[in-house]
Amino acid sequence: MAVKNKENKLIVSVSPHVRDGESVGRIMWSVNLALLPAFIMAVYYFGPRAVYVTGLSILAAVLTEHFFQKGIGRPSTIHDGSAVLTGLLLGLNLPASVPFYIPIAGSFFVITIVKMLFGGLGYNVFNPALMGRAFLLITWPKAMTIWYEPTAKFVGMDATTTATPLGVLKEEGLPKLIQMFGDKSDMYLGMLSGNTAGSLGETSALALLVGALFLMARRYITWHIPVSFLGTVALFAWVFGGEGFFNGDPLIHVLSGGLFLGAFFMATDYVTCPTVRKGQIIFGIGCGAITMLIRLWGGFPEGVMFAVLLMNCFAPLIDRSVKPELFGAVKEQKQ
Amino acid sequence: MSRTETFERGIHPQYHKELTAERSTVQAALPKRVLIPLSQHIGAPAAAIVAIGDEVRTGQLIGESAGFVSSPVHSSVSGKVIAIADFPLSSGKQGPCIVIESDGQDTYSDFQEHPDYMNLDPEKIKEIVKNAGIVGLGGAAFPTGVKLSPPKEKLIDAIIINGAECEPYLTADHRLMVEKPAEIVEGLKLLMKTLGVSEGYIGIEENKPDAIAAMEKAVSGQPIEVHALEVKYPQGAEKMLIKAIKDREVPARGLPMDVGIVVQNVGTALAVYEAVRYGKPLIERVVTITGDGIKEPGNMMVRVGTLISDVISQCGGLKEGAVKVIAGGPMMGFAQWTLDVPVVKGTSGILVMSSDEYVSSESYSPCIRCGRCIDVCPMGLNPSMLSILSEKEFFEQTGEYNLFDCFECGSCAYVCPSKRPMVQFMRLAKSQSKP
Repeated sequence: MAVKNKENKLIVSVSPHVRDGESVGRIMWSVNLALLPAFIMAVYYFGPRAVYVTGLSILAAVLTEHFFQKGIGRPSTIHDGSAVLTGLLLGLNLPASVPFYIPIAGSFFVITIVKMLFGGLGYNVFNPALMGRAFLLITWPKAMTIWYEPTAKFVGMDATTTATPLGVLKEEGLPKLIQMFGDKSDMYLGMLSGNTAGSLGETSALALLVGALFLMARRYITWHIPVSFLGTVALFAWVFGGEGFFNGDPLIHVLSGGLFLGAFFMATDYVTCPTVRKGQIIFGIGCGAITMLIRLWGGFPEGVMFAVLLMNCFAPLIDRSVKPELFGAVKEQKQ
Repeated sequence: MSRTETFERGIHPQYHKELTAERSTVQAALPKRVLIPLSQHIGAPAAAIVAIGDEVRTGQLIGESAGFVSSPVHSSVSGKVIAIADFPLSSGKQGPCIVIESDGQDTYSDFQEHPDYMNLDPEKIKEIVKNAGIVGLGGAAFPTGVKLSPPKEKLIDAIIINGAECEPYLTADHRLMVEKPAEIVEGLKLLMKTLGVSEGYIGIEENKPDAIAAMEKAVSGQPIEVHALEVKYPQGAEKMLIKAIKDREVPARGLPMDVGIVVQNVGTALAVYEAVRYGKPLIERVVTITGDGIKEPGNMMVRVGTLISDVISQCGGLKEGAVKVIAGGPMMGFAQWTLDVPVVKGTSGILVMSSDEYVSSESYSPCIRCGRCIDVCPMGLNPSMLSILSEKEFFEQTGEYNLFDCFECGSCAYVCPSKRPMVQFMRLAKSQSKP
């Protein structure tokens, strides 16, 4: 988009002639950085397997993208950090127990099918990491639902298995769930710190929140999607989550499962969510509502993944219907 | 002085005004040759009324206004017409120019002075402004006479003088306000009298405290308010300025007169005063010559038609490593292919960028839909969507996203992490679709 006059060496390009320092790479690497606390907590609770699983999925994602682009004769874009991010998010969405081929197959699938075949970064319709998790859950349903106890001990690879809090809540009810932790406050503490069974990166709400606040401070994400998403989940849990109406415990649903990871790091994925802030609120409410429909009345204990993927389908439609407020928009004339 | 006012969204680029903000305006040397384009304004080009070989004087009419929205042009030197032909212009286009070789005498034509200018009839003032070839000096160069002739059903109740100067680097308006505040106020009073309004405002970004102080002093005792504005781009865009000062929103695709306001640049106000008081047509203007790539940055009073190369050599010439020369500011100015193009009425600056300042725009990547452009667009558009539609040539859909409300301020491109040529996409779509 720029031409140079060979005689006087002047460059001609379209205005503006100054730019701020932001780049796609800086944004993507910042999101990677923001996931570091959650990754550290995963390593703390699940030991070396956390490194093993996420390492494999990151490596597979980066290599797949590199060779795919080489194969179709395009410059490799692995330095922009988005393949690393996809691999990292997918890894954090997997149980610690998975065999080596699961993160590799998942990353290969999302980079080729979900990302590159749709046109690469910017053109994918669905959140790659969640699509990968959905693909793996359907392909290896057994292996994808074996949950290790968070031991916080760097010992052998075969820890005891257990159920996730949402699994217990669905199958055995709230009293059993509280009993697992001891009492209610221990339960909340466990969920905040990440001392519960679940996917590697989803269990520590606190670590995820630290990363999310960093992204908000840098203005890489805004409150619109996370707050509307979490708020809707809390509302549903309060109204429908207990005996009768208006009797549920919103905190359990907000702090457990993949909600924090989903609401702050995946529903906010630029490419697959609406761009207009008002539309993002609708998107977040939709995500929250579908999550709770699945959690309370569906066949799965957890619904964040399907909720975000379903709302991804609606993102273009939302962007087309909800526009930013035009300066000087002519108000409806009274007849 | 009232509180700091502003509009919604916008950007905060680095301003770099320190290069020239303290430098007093100096008179540029009389050019040996001027190229005076017949079209330096929005509207119909002027019609040449001189022929090759004609002797002309400084200030003499050489091109007649050719319609309601048009403006005459005057010779900026005394000498001989040596050519009338198409030449490259700073807008990147070519256009007809009258070329005049200066005789070095700078003999002025006779100007009709009006020492009692405040007692003139509004119609007379309008006529003088039109005949003096005055156009908006902020950059857009809209004929001032047209702005002074609103349709009868549009009631104008306020005039705003635009001293925001929100384009980074530029200080031409700043220097005028510091150096000629009284004349600017007289110009504003003439404009107020012409339109029969009693409210006058001067809006200045608060990074120019000396200009604010000078104007405050000059307006004391008059029905004119000086407003300090937040330092934010594009604060000086008409619609944003009106929103900031009067809290009125010009309707989409409408004009300031739709909300009863006329906006004029500080340079325009000065030109109005000089035309009415001294009979002087618009033949020179203040130009900021700046940037890291010029040896001696400064502010210069330059005759219209002087070649940019001529101005640059008077400022010590280009430094080693100058890579880009821009007519205007860095946000909306035009990069130059050749420096042998004339300074025109709308040329507010000549910015020479060094390789350090230069931002590569060679390549860009797909939109990642981060929404940063939506957060900064002062018009409340969805530039992300518009750029994608334009890129994929779905031009007919751009109307749905209010393409024609875009005034190409470049804020979207400034913040784009994919470095997309947003303004180019907007212009392409505009050229391929109907408003």
